[in-house]
Amino acid sequence: LSPYITIMPYITIMPYCHHHFHNLQELRHSASLANKVFIQRDYSEGTTCRFQTKFPSELESRIERTLFEDTVKTLNNYYAEAEKIGGQSYLEGCLACATAYLIFLCMETRYEKVLKKIAKYIQEQNEKVYAPRGLLVTDPIDRGMRVIEISIYEDRGSSGSSSGSSSVSGSTAR
Amino acid sequence: MHLGVSESMRECEYNQISTRSSTPMETPYKNRTPKKRKWESFPGRNKFYCNGRIMMAKQTGVFYLTLALILVTCGLFFTFDCPFLALQLTPVIPVIGGVLFLFVLGTLLRTSFSDPGVLPRANADEAADLERQIDVANGSTGYRPPPRTKEVVINGQTVKLKYCFTCKIFRPPRASHCSLCDNCVERFDHHCPWVGNCVGRRNYRFFYMFILSLSFLTIFIFSFVITHIILRSHRFGFLSALKDSPASVLEVVVCFFSVWSIVGLSGFHTYLISSNQTTNEDIKGSWSSKRGKDNYNPYSYGNIFTNCCAALCGPLPPSLIDRRGFVRSDAPQLAPPTNGITTYGATQSQQGHMVSEIKIKAAATPLLQQHSSEPVILTTCPENGGSMPGRGPLTLGGPCASLPLGQPTPPTSIPSLGCHEAADMLPIHGHGHSHNHSHPLQEPVAHHHFLTPEEVPSPPGMLPCGSPMGHNHAMQAGFYNPASQDSLHEDSVRGLVKLSFV
Repeated sequence: LSPYITIMPYITIMPYCHHHFHNLQELRHSASLANKVFIQRDYSEGTTCRFQTKFPSELESRIERTLFEDTVKTLNNYYAEAEKIGGQSYLEGCLACATAYLIFLCMETRYEKVLKKIAKYIQEQNEKVYAPRGLLVTDPIDRGMRVIEISIYEDRGSSGSSSGSSSVSGSTAR
Repeated sequence: MHLGVSESMRECEYNQISTRSSTPMETPYKNRTPKKRKWESFPGRNKFYCNGRIMMAKQTGVFYLTLALILVTCGLFFTFDCPFLALQLTPVIPVIGGVLFLFVLGTLLRTSFSDPGVLPRANADEAADLERQIDVANGSTGYRPPPRTKEVVINGQTVKLKYCFTCKIFRPPRASHCSLCDNCVERFDHHCPWVGNCVGRRNYRFFYMFILSLSFLTIFIFSFVITHIILRSHRFGFLSALKDSPASVLEVVVCFFSVWSIVGLSGFHTYLISSNQTTNEDIKGSWSSKRGKDNYNPYSYGNIFTNCCAALCGPLPPSLIDRRGFVRSDAPQLAPPTNGITTYGATQSQQGHMVSEIKIKAAATPLLQQHSSEPVILTTCPENGGSMPGRGPLTLGGPCASLPLGQPTPPTSIPSLGCHEAADMLPIHGHGHSHNHSHPLQEPVAHHHFLTPEEVPSPPGMLPCGSPMGHNHAMQAGFYNPASQDSLHEDSVRGLVKLSFV
């Protein structure tokens, strides 16, 4: 497999920044979007939904590798559970066929149930793990299950001396 | 020059087919207009009804024909034949007929109205990221980058993933782009005009149920109408029996012809399901042993029963396109960096002007050398475009098969310009120090009405104009040219737009 993400020349590599974002709202209001990393799908096991667990280099200075891999692996497990072909899915399929699929007017499919669980999980991960590090994970369903989009935020206000890295990058440019 | 427009405009208008005359003044206006649903700005060629709940292909004439045939035949059966049969034989006959009829209708409507598994197009950030990765991976510096494919090993078989130029994604395995609907569809089987929709991952089981139940229904009606005529002719004579119920003749004729085609189709799809193949793959012979000794289907579960269960009773994935959701206008997007290097749209329009000028000048010079090769590609396109065997837009049934699979004919001079201009931009694109003004323009331009890139096969390379075919060992030349035409046209329009701005 060819390397998908390499260091892009236009991204200035900064030392590890200590971002103090306490919650998602603070992240969105006080930070500006610097970059987006896209975790692509892993098709090595067929068409089932899986994402690559390869750690992208842009996140090296932002988050620990194990945390990232945990998130992606948990998501992969959720998707595998949603798409699992087994007793319960057969039952659901046969019941739906017998009722001419009208049963889905009152009941939601297993897939939809798992998607709700995933949404909750991502929200929780964002609050606990990613937002404090200035990152934001977008639910893949919002991107058509193509990618996991991780947005990298920078401190917007470079007035403070603590956010030295962002002001450094700004000053080197000018 | 409107490239300096805030990214929010581009982000929320990505899916809209709108002319790029947006100005910063429009932003406050946009906030005051009522929220639109996503189906209203869907980039594919689909029709939506019931405020986005129903989704069909553009050409629905044959679907109404199917519906009419079924309704009329069954109506005649229930009106003329059932009373006699219920009295003479058993009243169970109309009941069974009724159940079958309702099932057929239900599955037909479900197949026609549901989302077949359309893959939403990549938004601008993703597309740019992919382009960067491709260019870095290729490391191309010339005008002709290698074909955009990715190889992946699935269950021991090497599968090529192709890049879709319209949707700007690498297609998942088994997905294909339908040129009639202009969408990439997951597990694409075929585009069925009788049903008025593509048949893909999400509605394949309904389609199969439809043709299976329809075969039972036609056999049922056929046999009982024959029975009815025979019983009547025993009593009253053959000719008077025919005179008494003339509708039966019509039903027999319709059912006779339907039985052969529908039952045949059901048998074919039963075979496909049991071997876990799509119509697309079967016709191309992707997994046939003729291709190679070790060629096998990596998606098959091994035994027929599991394959059938997986296709028919497996989990039903939700629709990815969220037709009834509202278009969000406040999505965060990458802002242009404050340093001198611009990636997504320049804030310095002056620089933009200069760069566009330089690019077009650069494009003009190779034009003179390459011009001789252009007509070769352009003229061969229509023939090859029409002779696509069993690729994405495979249509079953007559009436709509004559839909042109070719592309709109671009002016001969501009494509060359556009072709090389884009080629010139591609290598710069990847090295990061480009002023990628083409990018913000590329998305909306591609959605212009008159452009409608009809990507018939997956284009192996973005700009094969004049390039030796040998570059693309996996593809035949037949698939090559329409793709070049498609990307040429796209690039030609881009070139036109750039010229207008300059």
